Amino acid sequence: MGISHLSIAGANPHVEIVGVCDTSKMVLTFLEKQTPFSVYDDYKKMIDEAKPQAVILSVPTKYHAGMIEGLLDKNIHVFAEKPLTLDAATSQKLAEKAEVLGLINQVGYHNHFIGTFLEMKRLLQKNILGDVYHFTAEAYGPVVTKAKDSTWRSKQEEGGGCLYDYASHVIDLVNFSLSEIVGVSGVELKKIFSKEVEDAVYGTLHLKSGISGILSVNWSDPTYRKMSTKLTVFGKNGKIIADATELKMNLNEPIKGGSYDRGWTTISVGTIQEPVGFYLRGEEYTAQLDYFISSIQNGIRSSQHNFRQGAKTDHAIALIRKAIH
Amino acid sequence: MDRILFGDNQFFGVNHASDEKSREQLIKFKSNDSIIKILDLAKIAGVNTFMCTTHDRIANICEHIRKHPADYTSYKIYPCMPYAHKYANAVTELGIMGALKAYMPGNIFSTALKGGMAYLSDDHEKMMELLVDAEMKMFHGIETPVIFLQNVVTDLLLGLKAYGLLAAFHSYIKKKYNAEAGFITMNLPLLSNVLVNLGIKHPIICTSINKEGFRMSGGKCAYEKILAEKKNRVIAMQIFGGGFISPKEAVDYVVSLEGVESILFGASSAGNIQQTISWINKE
Repeated sequence: MGISHLSIAGANPHVEIVGVCDTSKMVLTFLEKQTPFSVYDDYKKMIDEAKPQAVILSVPTKYHAGMIEGLLDKNIHVFAEKPLTLDAATSQKLAEKAEVLGLINQVGYHNHFIGTFLEMKRLLQKNILGDVYHFTAEAYGPVVTKAKDSTWRSKQEEGGGCLYDYASHVIDLVNFSLSEIVGVSGVELKKIFSKEVEDAVYGTLHLKSGISGILSVNWSDPTYRKMSTKLTVFGKNGKIIADATELKMNLNEPIKGGSYDRGWTTISVGTIQEPVGFYLRGEEYTAQLDYFISSIQNGIRSSQHNFRQGAKTDHAIALIRKAIH
Repeated sequence: MDRILFGDNQFFGVNHASDEKSREQLIKFKSNDSIIKILDLAKIAGVNTFMCTTHDRIANICEHIRKHPADYTSYKIYPCMPYAHKYANAVTELGIMGALKAYMPGNIFSTALKGGMAYLSDDHEKMMELLVDAEMKMFHGIETPVIFLQNVVTDLLLGLKAYGLLAAFHSYIKKKYNAEAGFITMNLPLLSNVLVNLGIKHPIICTSINKEGFRMSGGKCAYEKILAEKKNRVIAMQIFGGGFISPKEAVDYVVSLEGVESILFGASSAGNIQQTISWINKE
């Protein structure tokens, strides 16, 4: 994943790449020979020599805590891939530390930058569905579709498994669009092909707002071409179904001053997605880095995409783990 | 290049407007015969070029074309490589090395190249050439006058400023296949500038062009300006903007642009194919 972050940042006219660090010799040789970037195999050396203003961190999650702490100590703004860390309390401490130091901090939950999910959040804030009583939060895709040799993805202590990976995006989306997850019940972590980690996460999520809903995530589903995330929210005045391509809404009654009619409305993401200056794999990947970069330029501290938000997701993940043990 | 090129997204469930439609299309095009039937419908309507990814299933379509030469005289395929998901899944499954091994022709690691992987992994041009050859295998015996680099790779290299590999792809396609290289991109203004600076004259570029400015990174105005300069041979793709522009309006916009040499579209029904072709031809 780090390579696409690098490409997106590389194409941003406001960014100068002062160094790239990786542990793979193959990657380093490639970057050294084919790109103009300075490469390092030791990140501490890179930080000391290249003196970056900001760092994009895309490493196995188990390294996040120590590396982020060190970066904050050196007064560096940090964009970290998700999940923030493997321990909710550590995530919380990092969030506080970044805030105290006044540093821009962001976690790579790219769903926040997809037009359909943003529109869903906006509509829910306008209370378009009336009293919300239920939701289903789902993601499916073909990551592990047969038994295979072990990689870091298959080790829980390194941040592997469907819960830290696919499910963290869905949990974050619930936190982001609906309300903070404060409890879980009926949790099932199922191994389908993996030996050491779960391939599917099922359960009920209880939110601060009082409503509950179903979490259903499976990364061993080959009927999907790529990860597909869907959030369905049920209210007394109708329901909204949102995925990365479409938002579909059915209203029993139109709301006053709203532009949506009774019955079904379908909104394609293309009609509402903000365009980006450089496209690679999806507008949202560029949009999230643009947001990080402009936050640094303008000194704006995000409240929605920051470590604190990431820590909430890590807390929900911890609740799910705890429910199992 | 022909004025109209037929695309393959619909056959493999790639739909930018709806995940649900993707699934319906995957069900509809489960058999190779169902794909061939649509290709033949497009052919009868006058479209003799099929622009497709190097999806595993395309090998079966190629086999059909080879077996029925009389039905496909002057039929051309424009391969677009790599089929990214094939590699992405392989990398997740087998790691970078494992994926390379799985897709390299033969067992190059022990025999064909002395020094094996250690040597190869440092020679990126050579590695690119071997991967192109591996992808091109399925098209043997079929006319492939233009061979494309998929946008996921073109744009990745663009952002990495790894421009040398874009030039290397361009020259290898000419040298080995006596064909023209094409580049698919979602970033026409940036790519056009880079290719000009690399000294590539009138490159073939396939890029999103639609009335709504959908996936036109850098803005519709920048695209229109580049088209007017006519420095590139441009194929317009995603002309329907992912399905939310009225089809007639979508076609009218694209045919009105002078710098667009060819128009790429895909459709799943005879009616849509004939309708779109007749709109384009009425320009």
